[in-house]
Amino acid sequence: MEADVRLLTGPFDAGAEIGRFMKANEDAGGIASFIGKVRPTGGVEALELSHYEPLTLPGMQALAGDVAARWQVTGLSIIHRTGVMLPGEAIVLVAAAARHRREAIEAVDFAMDHLKGDSWFWKREMRADGWRWIEPREQDHADLARWRKETAGI
Amino acid sequence: MSLKLVFLGRLADAAGANEREVAAVPSIAALLAGLEPDLSTMLGGPKVKIAVNGNVVADRAIFTLRDGDEVAFLPPVSGG
Repeated sequence: MEADVRLLTGPFDAGAEIGRFMKANEDAGGIASFIGKVRPTGGVEALELSHYEPLTLPGMQALAGDVAARWQVTGLSIIHRTGVMLPGEAIVLVAAAARHRREAIEAVDFAMDHLKGDSWFWKREMRADGWRWIEPREQDHADLARWRKETAGI
Repeated sequence: MSLKLVFLGRLADAAGANEREVAAVPSIAALLAGLEPDLSTMLGGPKVKIAVNGNVVADRAIFTLRDGDEVAFLPPVSGG
């Protein structure tokens, strides 16, 4: 299986990407997907994601490899935005195709936790009082720890 | 004879730019010692990772820098 891993600097049509993914994975028993968006409510006027070219895309490709090694997915797509995004715009799309639903759903969940807590992206948001960097949250570490426990069989 | 420094995330605000060129030095300790004290303290903290030419440095104490290296300072990723 060859994963479709992309880092985009401009807006993308998440619906069209899912349509394309379904066409490319016609033989799959199930497809799971997640789309993360800039929250349209809560006072955020813009979100900026910065990345570091030599690390960010290679890291996403390595993550796709980890997903494929862990679950029997027959198709995998990881698309992530960088740059300035407006409320309602899609930031990330992960889709996984598999023979059975649980493989697909867990593959997407694992990929999202690692994109959020363990990938080379830095975020800042613009509110009425200006730009503010977003710090790591405890929840992100807890989300990652969940998978390590499962690996260790605890 | 120079090094290219790259500052990611909030470190770019602290450094006043995304990138900076400095004279080549042989070690990360010497590199940090040549910067403004406040910036040096921030970059040398345990939570900041350092990548040289796209590879994260495992042990910065023994790492040897070479002329033309790109040294990136990576603060904790944002999550959220």
